[in-house]
Amino acid sequence: MIELRDVRKVYNEGRPDELTAVDGVSLKIEPHTVTVLRGPSGSGKTSLLSLIGAMARPTSGRIVVDGREITSLPERFLTDVRRATFGFVFQQGNLIRGVTTLENVMLPAYPLGGPRPALLARARALLDMLDLGHRAGSKAEWLSGGEAQRAAIARALVNEPKVIIADEPTAHLDTKLSREFMEFVARLKAREKTVIIASHDPLVCDAPTVDRAVGMRDGRLDGDGA
Amino acid sequence: MRTWIERQRYIVDFTLSSLARRKGKNVALLLVYALVIFALASVLFFTEALRREARAVLRDVPELLVQRTVAGRHDLLPESWIGSVAGIRGVASARGRLWGYSYDPLSRANYTVMVPERFWGAKGEVVLGPGVARARDVAPGDKLPLRAFDGTYLTLVVREVLPADAELVASDLLLVGEEDFRSLFGVAPGVFTDVAVVVRNAKEVQTVAGKVTRLLPGARPITRAEIARTYDSIFDWRSGLVVLVLTGALLAFAIVAWDKASGLSAEEKREIGILKAIGWETSDVLLMKLWEGAVISLAAFALGALLAYAHVFPGKLALFGPVLRGWSTLTPDFRLVPSLDPYQTATLFFLTVVPYAVATVVPSWRAATIDPDAVMRT
Amino acid sequence: MRSSTRFLLFLVGAGALLAAAGLHASAEQDRRAPEQEGRAALVRRLGLTDLCLFTEARYTRHLSQADRFSPFQEHPASLEHFPSGSIAGPPPRD
Repeated sequence: MIELRDVRKVYNEGRPDELTAVDGVSLKIEPHTVTVLRGPSGSGKTSLLSLIGAMARPTSGRIVVDGREITSLPERFLTDVRRATFGFVFQQGNLIRGVTTLENVMLPAYPLGGPRPALLARARALLDMLDLGHRAGSKAEWLSGGEAQRAAIARALVNEPKVIIADEPTAHLDTKLSREFMEFVARLKAREKTVIIASHDPLVCDAPTVDRAVGMRDGRLDGDGA
Repeated sequence: MRTWIERQRYIVDFTLSSLARRKGKNVALLLVYALVIFALASVLFFTEALRREARAVLRDVPELLVQRTVAGRHDLLPESWIGSVAGIRGVASARGRLWGYSYDPLSRANYTVMVPERFWGAKGEVVLGPGVARARDVAPGDKLPLRAFDGTYLTLVVREVLPADAELVASDLLLVGEEDFRSLFGVAPGVFTDVAVVVRNAKEVQTVAGKVTRLLPGARPITRAEIARTYDSIFDWRSGLVVLVLTGALLAFAIVAWDKASGLSAEEKREIGILKAIGWETSDVLLMKLWEGAVISLAAFALGALLAYAHVFPGKLALFGPVLRGWSTLTPDFRLVPSLDPYQTATLFFLTVVPYAVATVVPSWRAATIDPDAVMRT
Repeated sequence: MRSSTRFLLFLVGAGALLAAAGLHASAEQDRRAPEQEGRAALVRRLGLTDLCLFTEARYTRHLSQADRFSPFQEHPASLEHFPSGSIAGPPPRD
């Protein structure tokens, strides 16, 4: 369960290029649900996602994850929370070139120093689940757009996070792959994951598995006096 | 602890994958670095072996030698000097020595001609060092014509050739009797090259040397301790000029490494961003960069040092031939007794591995501290 | 095999070889001690003062007997004799 209380994020504060990306957002996200943040680019979706995912600190306001307030945690613990709780899927897929798919998927777990056989098994299982088993040994740059996106999902799942955060995941996918992606999100929900997606793609926002769609514009949620 | 080790291994896994992407370039880097270390280590090992040889073999050189200098030049000395030195309190005995250099136009080599304390040959006979026998291609029984000071030729019969094991001390020696020496060089009777002194009490040598200087103007005493010090210091690797040049090469190399790392390409910056975004901390990224440098420098050190050892000892420093031969035509066979000083090897290790590894990490600092959410926003 | 394991094996192997080189040096030193002793004996017997390393000049042949003037006599800048000077530095200051 994630709760945001009047969260603001201002970049370059006090400077001429000051930008308020998130302007007083209060939001509650229930566990095991799929939430979509809908809105055009520049609406602050990405910044909000990075705040929820403990990637950045809000300028003001509070964020509570599973009853634990993370806003005032020291850097060290914030990173631990992020690593343990959240898995990210980025717009660009963002796999490391020149490295195999399998290794790309395992990368998030490397700094944790867990036993390798278990990690290998987990990674392979994820690749199989996403129909990428046969591409495990291919270099990342040889994957197609859809395959790369699926590999990015596998990577986001390797540390068994409770929450998946995806930023415009279907931006580079065609209709068929976008639908497949949302089907996969449904499976994640069935496995008791919480999913938060930022997107302005109707295929995402209108998918049946989505529990809640929240509009966002100019750093504020719809219905919040935008 | 287990976690720490596993973490290192994972990071090394990734570092190796990362380096393998530009295999050609990284292999070239490795080989060049290994070459620099090879050259440096070769000189180090060689000079250390020479130093050990000198310490072992020159233990019993004459305790005290007295030379005469006139106007800054080494000059011959009269017989009276021998008597004067012998008369100093503490001196057990003093002996006039005869030795000098002879240039042989036939083999275009310099020989050292010497009258030993007790020459065991007859007049007209010569005992050769192994190098001379090689240069003039002679064996015991052969005749050896030598050009005398006045242009005439003095023919000596080879009585004996010193054993091959004596190369490092006697390679270029010609041992002759006193009469033949004086004929060869035109040195009048009663004149000597220098005086070899035996001192009764070893601790008195310095005192005796002092007395010699006071007693005989222009005398230059050389003690056994000074000879030992000379050999210790001239082969000190810190004073060798090749080492200076190579250290320069090493520094240049470190600068290149620094430049390579500090001008992180857009690609590398992107990758660091991705790593930060998927959960790697700044310390993990820096550790990876450190291993990038360490992998190359460790491998280069291993290759360079091992090849250097093989090069110097079984290989007799073959590749450095021109340096050793210089302009001399007679070079001894450098079959040195191997030595691998752990202290020196460790110093070499720290001077080569650490700077390179550091030069790879430090410039990456800025890029490694990038905020993960900055990646998301691009 | 994991690549880090391979690298580790390489390092261990290299370390072992280096240790072997050290042992080789040690063994050779013991084995050739009599040979070195022979040279020392020759030095004693003939009253020699220097190792015979570089025979191109007086002050490179008899490193301990030459003073600083000898190289200077040949050439003003010749304190260091190239190329043997790259291995043997100038004699220590008295």
